[in-house]
Amino acid sequence: MGFPHKPHPKETVLLSRYFGEADARNYKGWVKRGGYAALEQARAMEPARVVDIVKDSGLRGRGGAGFPTGLKWSFMPKEKKKPHYLCVNADESEPGTFKDREIMRWTPHALLEGTAIAAHAIQAEVAYIYIRGEFTEPLAIMDKALTDARSAGVFGKLKIHLHRGAGAYICGEETALMSSIEGKRGNPRIKPPFPAAAGVFGMPTTINNVETLAAVPHILTKGAVWYKGLSLSSPKSTGTKLFSVCGHVQQPGNYEVTLGFPLKDLVYELCGGMRPGRTLKACIPGGSSVPILDRAETESCLLDYEGVVERGSMLGSGGVIVFDDSTDMVYQIMRLARFYAHESCAQCTQCREGTAWTTKILERILAGQGKTADLDLLLDLSENMTGKTICVLSDSCAAPVVSGIKKFRSEFEDYIAGRRKPVMVA
Amino acid sequence: MSVGAHPSQPAGTEEYQPVFTEQMLEQLNEILARYPTRQAALLPALWLVQRARGWISDRNMAEVAEVLGLTPAYVKGVVTFYTMYHQHPVGRHFVQVCTTSPCNICGAEAVVQALLEATGAKELGATSPDGKWTVIEVECLGACGFATPVLVDDDFIESVTPDRVPELVRKYK
Repeated sequence: MGFPHKPHPKETVLLSRYFGEADARNYKGWVKRGGYAALEQARAMEPARVVDIVKDSGLRGRGGAGFPTGLKWSFMPKEKKKPHYLCVNADESEPGTFKDREIMRWTPHALLEGTAIAAHAIQAEVAYIYIRGEFTEPLAIMDKALTDARSAGVFGKLKIHLHRGAGAYICGEETALMSSIEGKRGNPRIKPPFPAAAGVFGMPTTINNVETLAAVPHILTKGAVWYKGLSLSSPKSTGTKLFSVCGHVQQPGNYEVTLGFPLKDLVYELCGGMRPGRTLKACIPGGSSVPILDRAETESCLLDYEGVVERGSMLGSGGVIVFDDSTDMVYQIMRLARFYAHESCAQCTQCREGTAWTTKILERILAGQGKTADLDLLLDLSENMTGKTICVLSDSCAAPVVSGIKKFRSEFEDYIAGRRKPVMVA
Repeated sequence: MSVGAHPSQPAGTEEYQPVFTEQMLEQLNEILARYPTRQAALLPALWLVQRARGWISDRNMAEVAEVLGLTPAYVKGVVTFYTMYHQHPVGRHFVQVCTTSPCNICGAEAVVQALLEATGAKELGATSPDGKWTVIEVECLGACGFATPVLVDDDFIESVTPDRVPELVRKYK
């Protein structure tokens, strides 16, 4: 449902079905709703069979990259020579995204069940759920759910632990997350080696996002063919996805739709459209790290992995940020650049310097001290920040800047030419 | 580097009170059992320290280092990487307000102003004269659909507007 609003008939509720029902949080309440049946089913199968079912379902990672989940699991060594680990990425920190938070708050056992199934599939004996430090409520709810399920004995020999982060966006990057679990600064690592070969503590590891794992029990109970059938457009994008919508819409919240759903319907129907008298100016469809769409692109965009790419952006984490015509795009792009400058781990020069200078240049443009050459300078900087670093934080800073200058150039030029009142930047 | 460039702090008159006494060590041992290395217990151990005394001093870092078999410099390197560990004392109530783009367009700046005023903290990062409040701006709290989210200590409060601020502040003693 469009939590916290009433469900919309166009939604396909799978993961969000029990959002808002406090009883579903409890172990007994979850079992009453059919919980943990999928885990039992999976445990009766060979791990390889579970991997095949998830492969056949077409499920792709919901954290941002969209990598096929079953394929990722299949990279783990078949013959077990070392301990295997599963890491669950609950470090949700991408501006615009707040879906994993709701999954953990309302259906903690769905995540635990998916985690246990994945651990069985990759033959892991330990799973760490990495929850961002600021998520105090989800952490407490997950802790209780884990204690209850553990005392009910549902996990067998599998050990599941919660690991609290301490404030660092970069720890949502998979290798940084592993560094952080190991008690280190959250620095991303160069790949290869990939986690399946040498992950956390140097052992074979799989990392999955919360929403990805919450979908797994449904695939087990209803089957890969059924899940694959949930698709409105591209056969490469299957299942349902939670879209977190925020910004200038009447009803922000989480909406669950089948992949391939029109972005236009999500914004104008499910979210109730713009505030009275306002029109849509721009939209970031997949969390702040993806290119900005203008109005025409937004209104013709289909929400699946391929559809959003066709419009020049990415599905990412499904965090939809909507801006109406009252928005100062230069200011908002500066805010996003500032976010990346704040969150850069500072290992790579292009990112450490690039994010900081991008922010400074945008601030001076806003202050009315920009030069005509600044736009080319920003684009040049962005070019040097894309595809050249250990992780993609740097690329993520460049995405809104490059797309913003391309689509809203006149707003930048107005500041530079003094046609717009300078903004004091705090 | 001149030896005298960084004179060490004069020894305090009070003796250092270790954080990891019996009961805390028990908690730490439970944590250690979750990981294959002692180092991995560092983030949880730092949380224990901050919970116990409100912030993490250099001396605390040295103690954590000793308990986990690390060096004080290494521990400091980790503490300084993460924004949620306080390296200085803060007010009795610590307030974090999200001001990243999605919250910014929904009026987060006015919420910050209202909080600075109602708490008497006046300035971001400063502590109110009565020692009760410290207010800071943070990047994305991960609740963008509930703008503006505010974290007061461990209480995550959604959809805060400037007019809700005085009542919110009154709830805390």
